[in-house]
Amino acid sequence: MTTQAPAGYVRMAHAAMPGRFVSSGAGWRLASLLAALLVAAPILMLLPAWLTAENEVWRHLVDTVLAGLLRNTAVLTLGVGAGVLTLGVGLAWLTAMCEFPGRRLFDWALMLPLGIPTYVLAFVAVGLLDFSGPAQSALREMFPGGYWFPQVRSEGGVIIVFTLALYPYVYMLARAAFLGQGRNLLESGRILGLSPRQVFWRVSLPMARPAIAAGVALALMETLADFGAVAIFNYDTFTTAIYKTWFGFFDINAAAQLSTLLLLFVALAMYGERRFRGRARFHTGGKRAGQYRYRLQGTRALLATAAAGAVLLLAFIVPVAQLAVWTVNAGFTDLDERYAQFVIHTLLLGGFAALLTTASALLLAYVHKLWPDRLTRLASRLATLGYAMPGTVLAVGVMLFFSWLDRGIDTASGRWLGAPAELLLSGSVIALLFAYLVRFLAVGHGPVESGLERITPSIQQAARSLGAGHREVLWRIYLPMLRPGLLTAVLLVFVDVMKELPATLLLRPFDWDTLAIRIFELTSEGEWQQAALPALTLVLVGLIPVIILVRRSEQ
Amino acid sequence: MPRIKHPPLFATLAAIACLTLLPAAAQAAEELVVYSARIEKLIKPLLDTYKKETGTSIKLLTGKEGPLLERLKAEGPRTPADVLITVDAGNLWQAGQSGLLAKIDSKTLTDNVPAHLRDPDGQWYGLSIRARTIVYNTKKVKPADLSTYEALGEAKWKGRLCLRSSKKVYNQSLVAMMIAELGETKTEEVVKSWVKNLATPPFSDDENLLDALAAGQCDVGIVNSYYVGRLQRSHPSAPVAIFWPNQGDRGVHVNVSGAGVTKHAKHRDAAVKFVEWLSSEKAQKLFADANLEFPVNPKVKPDPLVAAWGTFKQDTINVSEAGKLQAKAVMLMDRAGYK
Repeated sequence: MTTQAPAGYVRMAHAAMPGRFVSSGAGWRLASLLAALLVAAPILMLLPAWLTAENEVWRHLVDTVLAGLLRNTAVLTLGVGAGVLTLGVGLAWLTAMCEFPGRRLFDWALMLPLGIPTYVLAFVAVGLLDFSGPAQSALREMFPGGYWFPQVRSEGGVIIVFTLALYPYVYMLARAAFLGQGRNLLESGRILGLSPRQVFWRVSLPMARPAIAAGVALALMETLADFGAVAIFNYDTFTTAIYKTWFGFFDINAAAQLSTLLLLFVALAMYGERRFRGRARFHTGGKRAGQYRYRLQGTRALLATAAAGAVLLLAFIVPVAQLAVWTVNAGFTDLDERYAQFVIHTLLLGGFAALLTTASALLLAYVHKLWPDRLTRLASRLATLGYAMPGTVLAVGVMLFFSWLDRGIDTASGRWLGAPAELLLSGSVIALLFAYLVRFLAVGHGPVESGLERITPSIQQAARSLGAGHREVLWRIYLPMLRPGLLTAVLLVFVDVMKELPATLLLRPFDWDTLAIRIFELTSEGEWQQAALPALTLVLVGLIPVIILVRRSEQ
Repeated sequence: MPRIKHPPLFATLAAIACLTLLPAAAQAAEELVVYSARIEKLIKPLLDTYKKETGTSIKLLTGKEGPLLERLKAEGPRTPADVLITVDAGNLWQAGQSGLLAKIDSKTLTDNVPAHLRDPDGQWYGLSIRARTIVYNTKKVKPADLSTYEALGEAKWKGRLCLRSSKKVYNQSLVAMMIAELGETKTEEVVKSWVKNLATPPFSDDENLLDALAAGQCDVGIVNSYYVGRLQRSHPSAPVAIFWPNQGDRGVHVNVSGAGVTKHAKHRDAAVKFVEWLSSEKAQKLFADANLEFPVNPKVKPDPLVAAWGTFKQDTINVSEAGKLQAKAVMLMDRAGYK
């Protein structure tokens, strides 16, 4: 019923105006709301878990481990948040706004770590640096008397690994935002006597805030939902408790309850950020700031090169080199003709999911941009929660949703066609693609939304006054202007789907194994070195979309 | 002949039909469907051999234990799965408890699988044995220093013990069995004393633990026997050896990987036949050797590398106890601060 009041109001307001300007957007709004409800359905399927209270498990958790888990989760979130913010924004500023030796290389190379799944970076870090790894073994030979080395499987270690794996989210979004900032704006800042540093703190950074917030939110949601990488470090977080209640107590109800609590927390945090941002608007106009760069000299240029180089080395070059060494050591024993299938499946799923997800994100963000009211905001928020949900729990939600649908179809087809339909959707590619949509809509939504934020409403108003309908405005105004944001969305989702494991593992149809599944098959029995081959392949295949994006963004 | 008036609609429907009928087509063919939490590499050779011998082809879907059970549950009566293979008695017990498996009455199976390694109700049968036992660094420890799992909590092992995470079901089953035999109070004391003796935080898997043991980060640890076999095969000179604990009392804790026939199997008879075949001498050899485990069928000899560890007394309490007491074990380990 809430849909009608504002829609009716808009219709009345425009009723007096002539021609095609009369449009309430009711259809658009309805489409966006339906899409949001559909995407939220698997999460809603978990809510009935609250109807059965499981006091024993709760009491146990509260009495023993919960306080520690919450503390760990808070430390990890704060640490990774600070880490990705520093690396992501700092590096984006350097490559987008400054000139220093190697900048053209770092500009795109710093996106590469996006192709490395967090759990792969985690097992490489532990394998390389733990007591029995090659680094410390070499140290032991050099210094038989003893040496100092930090504990790798520790709080600091986890935070560093997550930061290195996830900073590209912030880097990409912040870089696009800095590049998109009007050149005249920055020039005005300089003319008014601001130093480059002041321009950064007082103009560029506040203007880029929606993009940066979106990037940090993605990194943190992924951190909260992660189970694979924290398990390698044996670092217990709230998500660990979710899996423990499920696999240890076989209590999927309590696990679902904990998951929905996690989502509630995320929703509140995002709400808080938006409230804090307040009514600030972030539109810019004019030329791209591209060519307007600060030339760094001497030590500062050297420091910039060193910082970017160090991040690239640790987050990409060293892990890939280690994977290559392991692959060679293992003698390619795992390589056979099935790898072609793994690669094809990985690319197909990634590609389809990326298009589907970006299109849905565009619908939600566009409708919210045109009719920014409570309803469209709710639709966006609801639809993007899935990213903070631990993958396996989300996959179970999707599975429950589809078996519920299948039961309906089965009954209907039994009644109308005289033949039961068996399992139509469960275990099909459709269910899997849908799971990716639910999980990664937030990833696609972030870049699209922050891209939309930067487009000033006056353009749209001008187009509308010239008689263009909403669809025409979308096609001819927004889409061309949004191209960088849309490409970022497609790329991010593509790469994320390729790395995704839990939903793929649970929902894939027969014979739909991907590279991530192969990694799981090998690592689940501790064969880390064998897993280097599929991991390396995944990273290399993942570079394809990254390189495409980089080439497009340079045009 | 303009019969199709709406080609786009027709094409859309055809496309939807193609995509969605994929799983249905898979069920229509006369073949067995196996859901397995034992990884593909260890199962595939058996399926290939079975096909060669009987002509029955088998479709395989692998996955993680917990989620795979949920998939079975959600699919309900319409599941395509005929056979469930999984690791650890705790998971098998859970599958039985959730009503996902059907009872099998088979003399072949009761003959081939010792009583303590199968479900008392006949819903699942163990197919390979993994011993969760003590390992030590041969440069630093003499076998005479070792005796029981409990003794690893003694003060002399302070800063010398390596353990895997308590989140792994193998350790949950080990502690569950200790609860069954020593009682909760005593077991909690033991687990607490282990935690005090840890040389480094618990590892995420047995493989890393063994590497650390070989590198000298710790002197003793608890792992599944086949990881030791794998290490000895790839690094014959690694200073790591197996010790069989508790030979004077209850014996070494053993666990199984096993199989059952699903309650809603579409090919029940064929499924039972397949599980029976898995317990046969020929299949047992393949099943156990693929992962350097011990066969459950007493007539079958283990791999020479495994046989070289010697015979040992195994704990003969029924492995289903591990499932019954698993939740208790997890809570106990939480209380004891074992992460």
